[in-house]
Amino acid sequence: MSFIQFFNVYKSYNSSKVTALYNISLKIEKGEFVFLVGPSGAGKTTFIKLLFREEVPNKGQIIIDGCSITRLKRKEIPLLRRNMGIVFQDFRLLPGRTVYENVAFALQVLEMSDKEIKPRVEKALDRVGLSSRARMFPHQLSGGEQQRTAIARAIVNNPQLLIADEPTGNLDPATSKEIMELLQEINHLGTTVIMATHAADIVNSLRKRVIVLQNGRLVRDDPEGGYGYET
Amino acid sequence: MKLRTVGYFIKQASLSLFRNMWMSLAAMGSVTVSMFILGAFLLLALNINYIATSVQSNVQVAVFFQVDTPRQEVINTQKKIEAMSQVTEVKLVPKEEGLKQISQQFGGEQELLEATGGINPLPDYLLVKVDNPETIEDVAITVGTLPWVEKVNYGQEIIDKLFAVARWLRWLGAGIILLLGFGALFLIMITIRLTVFSRQREINIMKYVGATDWFIRWPFILEGLMLGLIGSSIAALMVYFGYNMILNKIGTAVTFVPLIFDEVLILRCALTLVAGGALVGALGSILSIRRFLRV
Repeated sequence: MSFIQFFNVYKSYNSSKVTALYNISLKIEKGEFVFLVGPSGAGKTTFIKLLFREEVPNKGQIIIDGCSITRLKRKEIPLLRRNMGIVFQDFRLLPGRTVYENVAFALQVLEMSDKEIKPRVEKALDRVGLSSRARMFPHQLSGGEQQRTAIARAIVNNPQLLIADEPTGNLDPATSKEIMELLQEINHLGTTVIMATHAADIVNSLRKRVIVLQNGRLVRDDPEGGYGYET
Repeated sequence: MKLRTVGYFIKQASLSLFRNMWMSLAAMGSVTVSMFILGAFLLLALNINYIATSVQSNVQVAVFFQVDTPRQEVINTQKKIEAMSQVTEVKLVPKEEGLKQISQQFGGEQELLEATGGINPLPDYLLVKVDNPETIEDVAITVGTLPWVEKVNYGQEIIDKLFAVARWLRWLGAGIILLLGFGALFLIMITIRLTVFSRQREINIMKYVGATDWFIRWPFILEGLMLGLIGSSIAALMVYFGYNMILNKIGTAVTFVPLIFDEVLILRCALTLVAGGALVGALGSILSIRRFLRV
C-alpha cells in the first residue's frame, strides 16, 4: 500500500464559494520527493493543511501510512504530527530562544528528558550544518540559517514525512540551492518530502515528481516533470 | 504526566506572570479585594449567628401572675412547670423581691409604695430555664395557658431579629461576592487571553510538532490558578490578622458582646477564601483558553 493516498478529496471553505480542492486522487510512495506547484490560490496550501490535519476534507479520504487521517479524533492528531516535520516559508522560529533551544523545543513538548534531547538535537544541527551556531538567536542568523534551523526542528524527531510550504520563498537563489541540497539529503536517507513551491528553476533543475494544481484541480502528475503549468 | 513536565509547566506559567506584570497585578488585586470582602462578610455573619445562639441559650421564660394571685397558687404552678420535661430550673421571684429590685434601681421603696397607695403593684413571677433553646417557644405557650398566669415573656423577638440580620447579611454578602467574583473572573480571563495572544506563535509551533492539547493548556491553567491563589492568600492573611486585631481591640473592651474566638474556625474561613480564589483563577483560565486553543 502506498504511503500517502488521496481518494476523491474535496475541500471548500465556508468563507468562500470557491472550491479549494476538487476531486483530488493521488498516491505518494515512501521515500518519494514530490513538488507541488501551481499558481497562487491553486490549492497548494490547502493540500498541505490537509496532510497535517489542520483542515479536514468535505468529501473523500486521506490515508497516511495505512491510517485514515480524516477520521482521526482530536486527541490523535498530535500523534500524527509527531510522525511528520513541517517547514514554512517564514521559518516560524521562537525569537527568544537559541538555535539549540528552538530545535530542542520540538522534543520538550513530547516530554523527553534533557538527556534524551541533547544527542538528538546535536545530530539534527550537525545534519543541517549549524552545530557552530547552536548558541545564537534567530535574529543573529541569515535567512538560510534560520530556515536550516527550522529544518533541523522538523527532522529532529526522525519523521517519515517532511512537508515544506514554500521553504525557499524568502531566500535568494544561492541560499535556496543550499536548502534544496539539504532537503535532498534528507530525502536520500529515506524521508518522504513534499514541497510546495513557486520556484520554477528549482523544479526544472531537480527533475523530481511534479504535481500541478490549478483552480483546485489536479491538472498534471509527472514523475520527472518540469515546472510549466500554463499548458 | 511526568515530573519534569510539571516543572516545565510551572516555569512557563510563572514566566508569563512576570511578562504581563501589570495585568497580573490587576487580576490578583481584584481576587484579593473580592476574597477579602467575602471573608469579612463570612466572619460578620458567623459572629452574628454566634451572638444570636449564645443569647438564645441564655434566654429564660418570665411567667407573670395576676397581681392578686394567692401565693399558694403560685407555688402550685411552679411545681407544675418544674414537672415539665424540657424545664431545667424554675425560680420564684415574689412580688416583695421584685419591689426591692426596682427600688434598688430607682431608689426609695417607701416613696414607691406611697405613690401606689401602699399596695405592692407588682405581680409574683417565675423565671423558667429550659434545656434546649428550640423548645422555649413550646414551653412558653404551654405555660401561658395555666390558670392565674397573666403574661409570658421570652426574648424570642430579639433572637429572631438577630437571626434575620445574619440571614440578610448572608444574602447581601452572597450578592456582593457574586458581582466581585465575576469581576475577578473576568480580569483573570483577560490576563490569560493576553498570555495566549502573546504566545500564539509558540502555541502554533507546539501544535505542528505534535504537542497534545493538554500539554499546551496546562501552563495557562496554572497561570490562572497562581493568580487566584496569590490574590486570595493575601486576602486570607488580611482577614486572619485583621480579625485577630479586632478581637484584641474590641473583644476585650466590649466584653458583653460574645465574639468567636475559635482559631480553627477562623483558619477554616481563611482556607475557604484561598480555595475560592484558586477556583476563580482556574475557572477563569479554563474559560479563556477553551475558545482560543482551537486549531
